[in-house]
Amino acid sequence: MSAVTTARTRSASTAPGAGRGPSGERAVTVGSHTVLGIWSLIVLLPFAWTVVSSFKTTREIFASPFSLPERWQFVNYVNAWRTAGIGSYFLNSVVVVGCALVLTMLMGAMSAYVLARFSFRGRGVLRFLIVAGLTFPVFLAVVPLFFILRQMGILNTLPGLILTYATYAYPFTVFFLMSFFEELPGEIAEAASIDGASEWRTFFQVMLPMAGPGLAAVAILNFVGLWNQYLLPVVLNSNRDNYVLTQGLGAFASASGYDVDFGALFAGSVTTILPVLLVYLVFQRRLQGAVAAGGLK
Amino acid sequence: MSSVVKPSRAVHRRLTFDRVSLMVVFLGVPVALYLVFVLYPFTQAAWYSLTSWSGFTSTQEFIGFDNYAKLAGDPLFLKSVGNSLVLLLVVPALTLVLSFALACLLTFGGSSTGAVRGLGGSSFYRVVSFFPYVVPAIVVSIIFGRVYDPSAGLLNGILTGLGIDRAASFAWLGEPSTAKAATIVVIVWAFVGFYMVLFVAAIRGIPAEVFEAARIDGAGRFRTAVSIAVPGVGSAVRTAYVYLGIFALDAFVFLAGLEPDGGPANSTLVITQEIFRTAFKDGRFGLACAMGVVLAVLSFLFTGIVFGVGRLLARRSGEVAR
Repeated sequence: MSAVTTARTRSASTAPGAGRGPSGERAVTVGSHTVLGIWSLIVLLPFAWTVVSSFKTTREIFASPFSLPERWQFVNYVNAWRTAGIGSYFLNSVVVVGCALVLTMLMGAMSAYVLARFSFRGRGVLRFLIVAGLTFPVFLAVVPLFFILRQMGILNTLPGLILTYATYAYPFTVFFLMSFFEELPGEIAEAASIDGASEWRTFFQVMLPMAGPGLAAVAILNFVGLWNQYLLPVVLNSNRDNYVLTQGLGAFASASGYDVDFGALFAGSVTTILPVLLVYLVFQRRLQGAVAAGGLK
Repeated sequence: MSSVVKPSRAVHRRLTFDRVSLMVVFLGVPVALYLVFVLYPFTQAAWYSLTSWSGFTSTQEFIGFDNYAKLAGDPLFLKSVGNSLVLLLVVPALTLVLSFALACLLTFGGSSTGAVRGLGGSSFYRVVSFFPYVVPAIVVSIIFGRVYDPSAGLLNGILTGLGIDRAASFAWLGEPSTAKAATIVVIVWAFVGFYMVLFVAAIRGIPAEVFEAARIDGAGRFRTAVSIAVPGVGSAVRTAYVYLGIFALDAFVFLAGLEPDGGPANSTLVITQEIFRTAFKDGRFGLACAMGVVLAVLSFLFTGIVFGVGRLLARRSGEVAR
């Protein structure tokens, strides 16, 4: 605020800025729209190009970057889905992300609830340990993690991947949900306990439903994060049958150098984007709200 | 730490089976998994970094700081550290300046006769700009690998269309002079929308009267942006800077898609790629862990500096006002 006051006293003496008439105002608005329009184009163009290219033959792709496909055909998608294995990777992604999401949301909500609403010895330490997990670079942990999973016999398996996904999303989930549980009114929990509800019932039937909006926001953020995860599967999941989508696409892109079927690569990219894009378009208000709320803490 | 954030809300009652069983299951089980999979590996990495372990022997031979000494004399590793530091400095700065400018255009780039208003259609721009953030980074880098393609890529297609014939078959990712810049552009491109959304929220959090007052006092938009919006989003900038910096030090996903082999003359090789190769291709796990520790130290130093400088700036501006 102090900077604001100095700014005000200083700028009060200067003459009103140029172009403050109605026409100047319009110029500013048009200028803003132009800049933002160009930015939108820079964002959208590569995607639009990818979608168009995914319907072209490899020869067409190399003939000209702008030409439209002679015939809009799905052969690239069929090739990506079958030959490049995108179909089975897709299924693996759905299984791994789905299970990990449920697991991390359940664990995160439970822990956040206890950490937010129960006071006990060591609570501060636990909170600190969990927040600390957010700041370490994951790369430091991946080498030992590899051996821990191998020792447990779950290296290169989907359950191993699910557990790792869930535990690495856990600190974020707890951190985010704690504030939601802290803000729930305590009277309702008290009323439930006076009515004879156990602690367990109070959580599952009263508090969890009340934290619904917060849970949904975190779940969407987690879904995007887990669906896009790349490092963990690459390190911990080298069995080709268990590849997840991002990993499979990455391997496909780098595998055969110049022999890559570029049409199928574009089609695979579109296939990988589509699920997150759908989730995003449906929930974008909630997702952006969650990002804004989380980033300002 | 923050053990008693809201003590009045926390329940403090006697221990019953109901309560204890709840706490054990709700906290005990998840925290145990978290310790095994997240915290324990971090401490193990620190220990492995002091050994010559290859990963194939059952015991690890302790060699003290030999790994670190080896890294200090390894030109390739030093090169990767240098490249990572360039990313650390450039990526957050570019991303934040660009996303802040766009956020300002969105929030007060519209007509300012009457009440201070945002730009019409701002939600469209927000939805579009945020979109790259939800796309998997590996897909972004694969797409841009094609966009940068010398002969069939979108970029050179546009440039030659504009009459720049020199771009006809220029390999953006294959030339040592442009590879790093081309990589940075992709990372910035992917993150601007996310931070724009963050800044829009932060600017909207500044009381409208402050903007009104500035406008009545005759402050132009640029002046408003510098003197009101910048201090108003200060804490958001600091958090964003830390996240972006830690991310830029990693950057593995983008480089795995764009320059998996370190780029021309290793001009885009980063620490994380060196860790990955040293550990999982060369099988030198002790050495790789030492690299991981260097990476962690760099991120902690960076975080400390950002928060320290932020606190210093806040104190100085407070003194000036007094």
